[in-house]
Amino acid sequence: MVEGYALYSEKVMDHFRNPRNAGGMENPDGTGHVGNPICGDIMELYIRVDKGIITDARFKTLGCGAAIATSSMVTEMVKGMAIEKALQISNKAVAEALGGLPSVKMHCSMLAEEALKAAIDDYFTKSVHINTA
Amino acid sequence: MEQVYLDYAATSPTHPQVIKAMQPYYFALFGNPSSIHACGQQSRAAIEEARSKIAAFIGADSEEIVFTSSGTEANNFALKGTAWANRKKGNHIIISAIEHHASLESCKFLEKQGFDISYLPVDGFGMVNPESVIEELRPETVLVSVMHANNEVGTLQPVVEISAIARKAGVCFHSDAVQTLGQIPVDVGRLGVDFLSMSAHKLYGPKGVGALYIRKGTRISPLLHGGSQERGMRASTENLPGIVGFGAAVEIAESEMEQESRRLCQLRDRLIRGILDSIEGVRLNGHPVARLPNNVNVSIRCVEGEAVVLNLDFEGICASTGSACTSSSLEPSHVLSAMGLSHEMAHGSLRLSLGKWTTLAHIEHFLQVLPGTVSRLRAMSPLVITGKEAD
Repeated sequence: MVEGYALYSEKVMDHFRNPRNAGGMENPDGTGHVGNPICGDIMELYIRVDKGIITDARFKTLGCGAAIATSSMVTEMVKGMAIEKALQISNKAVAEALGGLPSVKMHCSMLAEEALKAAIDDYFTKSVHINTA
Repeated sequence: MEQVYLDYAATSPTHPQVIKAMQPYYFALFGNPSSIHACGQQSRAAIEEARSKIAAFIGADSEEIVFTSSGTEANNFALKGTAWANRKKGNHIIISAIEHHASLESCKFLEKQGFDISYLPVDGFGMVNPESVIEELRPETVLVSVMHANNEVGTLQPVVEISAIARKAGVCFHSDAVQTLGQIPVDVGRLGVDFLSMSAHKLYGPKGVGALYIRKGTRISPLLHGGSQERGMRASTENLPGIVGFGAAVEIAESEMEQESRRLCQLRDRLIRGILDSIEGVRLNGHPVARLPNNVNVSIRCVEGEAVVLNLDFEGICASTGSACTSSSLEPSHVLSAMGLSHEMAHGSLRLSLGKWTTLAHIEHFLQVLPGTVSRLRAMSPLVITGKEAD
């Protein structure tokens, strides 16, 4: 039997099968809600921030294997990361951390990047609001 | 549990009896059917025997069957071949919106060549309304093409009514019977078709062989040139073992189909009932009654089809989906879209197709696994299911 051909890398399948940080978060400091207009996937990413460091990240995703795996990976990547650094995470970096994605699935990794940016954006909006209150 | 294969509409395993019938034609009986020596003429005889079996199975004459490499080629042949042969008569083709890509893409190609294509809509069950054909007919219409049953949602089409309308207007009619051959009776006389596409590997025959029925006296141009095989209708040395296998597969279907389709209908209905009863927010896609015996297609809210299919695969279950995420175009299934399903419902579609080696134990195993898979994915979903939404 010929082996070794698979749609996704082993790492993608691992994150899809055993997603890290899946589920909601109580009173997150920032929430990012994004939808993928291309295929219809939806992702929500929640972050907890302490002194400029992302201390926890969780996600909820409605989407394919690539969407779930990139959600899982991005939450792993940002935990313990300074916000400024997290803002620089690109979809390519998430895909690379997963050992690559099929080219037709690269758009799925955009969802992870956008959700993270939206969550950080939300955090900044909220903290500005608190500071001026 | 062993592997549970629920993707027979994609392809079926080759029946061991079929393999046995094919075996001699690789080494012992390998001659080129066009050769005039004994070695070649034995092969010729084997091909003609297969041809007459297939012809008899669909109520046709042997000389009305042209072997092709696939159902895809048969559809290409019927559409392009008719268009080209009738160029002087007209440039208009009527086709349903839910045809296989082999037909739709052939029409897209013909559009670029200056042909005008009308796409027939379908209702919420995925069925073409024969009246809509009347509205689209023009003096320059050269072909109407509506499939016998849809490959994704299993809906049987009113082919008899549509062919009568086409005949009355003096227009040729083609039907893609790839999904129905061996599943339900296919008789070219009763269906009133001028062209009928078939494929061997959907009925336990080998991959790489199909056929087009061409009613005697119907105009069509060949796609392949360079030899007088298939009475000049398709040049290329015949796929001898494949054609023999196709004949053997049809022979088995002839003796087993009636009983087998009854058995599959029962399994299908158990599967549909089981899914609808055990999971909230699910709808059946396709017609509840006018449906292929082996097809189940459901949409499951708040999950994505590829994620479901991959999870089922972990459990040894093979299924398929019409989700945009699995297509290279990132478009949801054109069939589900034509039926009016929202992008979201197409996103969560799951097709299960049964066959000869599907057992009740497989169905029960699937029904054990699916609810857990769905609730695991839903727990991860930002959308929340409410029972009413399914309607």
